[in-house]
Amino acid sequence: MIHLNKIRAARRRDLAQVVEIDARITGLRKPAYWAGILRRYGGRDPGRFFLVCVQGDRVQGYVVGEVRDWEFGSPPCGWVFGIGVRPETRLRGTGTRLLDAICESFRGRGVDKVRTLLPRDNALVLAFFRSQGMMAAAFTALERDL
Amino acid sequence: MKLQKSTLLALCSALEFAAQPGRQVSMAEIAQKYGASPHHLAKVLGKLRRARLVTAARGSGGGYRFSGNAKRVTLLDVIALFERIGAAPAPRAPRRELERALDQVLAEIDETARATFGSITLETMLKLARRRRA
Repeated sequence: MIHLNKIRAARRRDLAQVVEIDARITGLRKPAYWAGILRRYGGRDPGRFFLVCVQGDRVQGYVVGEVRDWEFGSPPCGWVFGIGVRPETRLRGTGTRLLDAICESFRGRGVDKVRTLLPRDNALVLAFFRSQGMMAAAFTALERDL
Repeated sequence: MKLQKSTLLALCSALEFAAQPGRQVSMAEIAQKYGASPHHLAKVLGKLRRARLVTAARGSGGGYRFSGNAKRVTLLDVIALFERIGAAPAPRAPRRELERALDQVLAEIDETARATFGSITLETMLKLARRRRA
């Protein structure tokens, strides 16, 4: 039986696979973090989104984001702060479909801009966002040691 | 941010070839379009050929054809054939505190430039150009 990829809201039973995908990408298992994400972003808050791309019962990738109002002086916009795709299924459009889906959800909340933030040495994910038409924002991230 | 003339010519040439992957593009066509001297362009294309980004065909129907992977080759890959972004300054001793602090800021700018060029593939650049045309 052929299962086509489908994008839907994440469910509790997807969590173990999301943790596994994230661990394979980052080298760190964070089950408590992802349980918290599901609690905060997988619920009924209309501005928060935790989506997965599934083929049958297999999670191929995930994306997390939300609409934030007036943070950093910015008018309401969508923020994507997590996206991941199983390494062996990359280059098949899963990331593009996930990003398109969350952007559509953002549009549904009335915003017309999407932003993300990531380490500049993360060439793979930077190249992905660039390939999706994202450009440098008019913001600069700053930090210092505490 | 300014790139050397050869680097810019190499980027434009690589993008022209990548935009027409099945076609042999003549050197004269590129030279005319970008106002480059044939001698200068030949040197630039020679470097792209040695980096296996293009292949050359001789003869009357000759020209250059893109032979890289436009989804993988980044602007930085092409730039690095011609110049270094963020080349470390020649060591001078002793460095004063203010000079070291300035070096830190300049290094920050270099890192940002490298990350930007390294994250944009030729295909992404062509998409960007198409969107600007539309």
